[in-house]
Amino acid sequence: MQISSRHVDQLTIFDITGDIDLATSPELRLALLREIRERRRPRVIVNLTQVRYMDSSGLASLIEALKASKDSGTRFALFGLSAHVREVIHLSKLTHFFEIHDDEEGASAP
Amino acid sequence: MSRADLLLRVELRSHPESLCLVRGALAVLTENFGFAAPDCRAVVLAVDEALANVIRHAYAGRRGRPIEISFRRVRLRRNGASREGLEIVLLDRGRRIDRAKLRGRELEDVRPGGLGLHFIRECMDAVEFRRKAGWNRLRLVKFLRVPRPPRDS
Repeated sequence: MQISSRHVDQLTIFDITGDIDLATSPELRLALLREIRERRRPRVIVNLTQVRYMDSSGLASLIEALKASKDSGTRFALFGLSAHVREVIHLSKLTHFFEIHDDEEGASAP
Repeated sequence: MSRADLLLRVELRSHPESLCLVRGALAVLTENFGFAAPDCRAVVLAVDEALANVIRHAYAGRRGRPIEISFRRVRLRRNGASREGLEIVLLDRGRRIDRAKLRGRELEDVRPGGLGLHFIRECMDAVEFRRKAGWNRLRLVKFLRVPRPPRDS
């Protein structure tokens, strides 16, 4: 998995590439929590377009980021979910807790 | 059960980095077995979650411990009919798992953690756990979907 980030005005966009699993999810968790808790960015968006696979530890990282964002007043959104990632979030019955968009344009709209 | 039923047997160590290798092999195996794409993804997710549980809980994150996985073609009775399916058995020598924890957790509470077992149960048709002679044995079964007969016009 590779993580890169872009900063556009008040937005931070994380571009994730590869699999999010037991080996890689700690890195994602740290990156998201640092941006939300320490840098207190107003909006954090995660681009999952290039993520082929995500397990429960990856989803747990997103849940933790979501909860941290609510505590710090950050708006947290996801976009570009593959069929697999959608299925994983659906299985957790947490789909309605996340702000999910089809593409970056929708996720970064005011 | 004959040896011919064995499709694949994998011996690996409890390294998180090994999980992607198993997922890759299993993606090919499930597709060749005849599962539809959503069922292929479900089996891959269930086995990956089961392996992650072995590494995190049975071995408490310790690396280098043995794990064995076997994949067999089976024919079992289900709801009164004989059905073909994929049987997956995971063996590890980690600590005994508390049966109460195998129930998973309620999903109403939005919090990280505890989702892996829920995913396994949702993705597979049978999930059985046994402890025998120092080995944890998790047996998973996924049946091939029976194609519906065409409707009479």
